[in-house]
Formats: sequence, structure tokens, C-alpha cells
Amino acid sequence: MSIPKPTLTALAALAVGLGGLSVAMIFFVAPVDSDQGLTQKIFYVHVPIALTAYAGFGLGAWKALRLLMTREERYDLESYTGVHQGTIFGVLTLVTGAIWAKASWGVWWTWSSDQLVLFLVLFLFYCAYFMLRFSIEPGPRRERISAVYALFGVALIPVSFFAIRLANDFIHPTVFTREGPQMTGVMFAAFCVSWVAISLVAYVMYRAELAGKRTDANLRELREALAS
Amino acid sequence: MSSGEKYVAAAYGVFLVVILLWAAILAAKLSRLERETGELAVLARSRPTAAGPGDG
Amino acid sequence: MNGYLGDVAALARKDLKLELRARDTLPAMVLFVLATLVVFHFALPADAGDDASYGLLWIALVFTALLGLARAWAPEREAGALDGLVLAPSDRSAIWLGKTLATLAFLAAAELVALPAFALLFAPLDLGAVAGVALASLGICAVGSLVAAMAAAARGREVLLPLLFLPLAIPLVVGGVGASIADDPSRYLAFLGLYDAVFAILSWAAFEYVVTE
Repeated sequence: MSIPKPTLTALAALAVGLGGLSVAMIFFVAPVDSDQGLTQKIFYVHVPIALTAYAGFGLGAWKALRLLMTREERYDLESYTGVHQGTIFGVLTLVTGAIWAKASWGVWWTWSSDQLVLFLVLFLFYCAYFMLRFSIEPGPRRERISAVYALFGVALIPVSFFAIRLANDFIHPTVFTREGPQMTGVMFAAFCVSWVAISLVAYVMYRAELAGKRTDANLRELREALAS
Repeated sequence: MSSGEKYVAAAYGVFLVVILLWAAILAAKLSRLERETGELAVLARSRPTAAGPGDG
Repeated sequence: MNGYLGDVAALARKDLKLELRARDTLPAMVLFVLATLVVFHFALPADAGDDASYGLLWIALVFTALLGLARAWAPEREAGALDGLVLAPSDRSAIWLGKTLATLAFLAAAELVALPAFALLFAPLDLGAVAGVALASLGICAVGSLVAAMAAAARGREVLLPLLFLPLAIPLVVGGVGASIADDPSRYLAFLGLYDAVFAILSWAAFEYVVTE
């Protein structure tokens, strides 16, 4: 007997529940970090958001690959929405990262945070994705070009990360470091719950946006059919 | 609030605001879609009906 | 395989012959890189070290390459179509290889002027730096050709090409500057080689999807 696929409503409800649970765990259960104090709590929202951004870009690239392999049109909107979600969460990563940097080190930006720099590069790359997409006439060519670009993005992520690590040797001495959290079991549990909750929220957002885009496309077709 | 608390609140607050903003944009899109489907329904109703049942 | 390489050679030769007749791209690139280097002299503060000038060399190279890429794809943009599109879909990657080799030739010619000029005006270049320039030029032309093909399909193409190209060029700049500055450039050269391998294969494989109507 196979497990039935959860409906979107069920997933949304789960997201809300886990969201509430994670907030409770973060603020009422997990202990305050001895080194960083209260600002360490930003970790519970910043890191899952970053991971979700990566997941969005990965999903966009996967759907792009499916498009190029099968040429089924539906993958185009799925890839586009995946990249869109990744970009939204990417911007959130930069903003929460900047807030955390200000709280930890007193500066809004530092080039010595590899993750922040990586997300800045990715932000530039994926902004260009949207510019590219909106400069091409809709059609199979735009679908293919967007898909190829999305795939390049995913290849760029590890390559850029290596580059940033290499660059640190000669560009800026590492001034700011943050101790990797020596997480207690409770902290780790809170992190996991937060991560699952944020991932679910992102997935619900993805599905909702996809439905909106699909409906838009269908409406346009209907309008053309009825007007003739 | 201590400054540490302010930054934590800011980080979580930004996350919340962005999600609310996304929801607002989606709501606007939904109401536009509702309007357009309404227009299309009117258009569909006003068309002469296709070959009725029992023909041919 | 002979037919494929023959196509590549024919396409590359066509571009080079066009340039030999028109003689507008290469002189422009050479003049551009020289002018940029001179501007950099005035942009650098007096106490800037050699390291800063190496960074500026790489900026000059990247933007000169962009100039070459834009000009290399100008005929296709204007005609709205690609020569060589008559090739079978599976062979259209030959267009990418031909274009890459032709652009590489232009870039190499410009670098033959730029590097000695840089060594004269700013700071000496050792073998590691030159190897870095060579490896990075490969990557620039490989990725640049693919991205230029994308831009050629779009409106607002002149400004789109740098936007698409620059984020992808960042790892190349890191590798190149590192190879110029570091005492032991081997790590950076290896990284450049890795970039070239990954993105050349990706560009070669993806090209047909970009140009097919």
C-alpha cells in the first residue's frame, strides 16, 4: 500500500504548526548562547533561509534539466518559479545576514563572510536571469535559454564558493570569524524544526505562485480562444 | 529592549514582512484573475451555443 | 569526427577572415585595453602597491573581452540569424567552438599588446601571471560565447551581455589575480583549469539549446 501524497492544504497546515513550534523552541526552550548572547538566535532563521534559497535554485535547475530533456512545457513555469523562490530567499539571506553581522561585529557588511559574498554573487547572477527572461519573446526559445541559464547558476554555486575561499587569501585578511555554534542537542533540535518549517513555508509559496502563473497562462489562452 | 534583542527582532521581523508582502502580491494577482475569469465567463455565455445535443 | 572539426575550422576561419577584411574589432580591442591601462594609472593612489595594479589589469582584460565578444556576435544580431545554423542540431555546438576559437584569437592578440604594456607601465609579470591570463582567456571565451548567443536572442542585447557575463567571470578574476600575486600560483592555476573544464563542457553541451529557434 503506497503512502498518499499530502495535499497542499495539509502541507500548509503542517508549516503553520511547525512554524509555531519552532518559534516556541527557539525563544523558550533553547538556551541562550554563552558567547554570542541573544543575537545567536538569528542563526535559527538565517541559516534555514540560506539553505532554502539553495534548494530553490536547485529546484529551478532540476526542472530546467527536465525541460531540456523532455521539452514538456510545464517545466518552464516550474523552473521559473523555483528560481524566483530561490531569489526571494536569497535576498532574505543577505538581509538577515547583514543584520546578524551588525549585531555580531558592528558592521552591516564584511567581505570575510564567505556565505554573504557568495549570496551577493548569486544575487547578481539570478537578477540577470529575470532580465534575460523578460528580454526574450515568450516561446520555446525563451524556455530553453532560461533553462540553460538556470543550470549554469547551479554550476556557478560551488565554483564561486571555491573562488571566494581562494580570494580570501589575498584580498582581505579574515577579520571577523564566528565560532561555529557548539550546539547543544536542544539547540540542534530547534534548528531542525525551524529548518523544516521554513522549507515547508517556501514549498507552499512555490506551489501557490505556480498555481497563479499557470492560471494566468490558461486565462490568456482562453481569452484568445473566446475572442476568435 | 537591549540592542541584541532589537537585532533579533529585526531579523525575524524582516522575514515576516517579506512573507506578508508576498502574500499581498499574490492576493492582488488573485483578485485580478478573479476579474478576468468573470469577464471570460460573460464572453462565453454571450456566444451562440455550439451544435446542440441530438443533432446529426 | 572529421566533418565536425572541419565545420569548426570553417566557422572560425570565416570570422577571422571577416575581421581581416573589416579590421574593426581587433584595433578597437587593443586601443581599448591600452586606454584603460592609462586611465588606471590616474585612478590608482600614489602609494598603491603592485597588487592593486594586478587587479586593475584583470578588470581591463575582462572588459576588453566583453568588447570582443559583443563585436564577434554583432553580425548575427543584425542578421537575426546564425550562419552555420544549417548544421544539424546535434552539430550546432560546432558553432560555439568555432566562435570561441575565433574570439580567443582576437583576445590573445590584444593580450600580446596589453601584457607587455602592463609590465612596462605598472609591474612585472611572471610566468604564473601569464599562465593565469592564458587559462582565464580560455574560460572567458568559452562562457562568453554561450552567453553572447543568449544575449543575441534578446532585446536590449548590448547591455544584457555584460550583465550575464560578469557574475560568471568573477571566479576567473579571482584565479587570475591570485596567479599574478601569489608566490605559488599553482592553486589558482588549478582552479582556473577546473573552471575552464566545467564551463567549457557545459557551454559546448548547452549551446544547441540556446541557438535553436
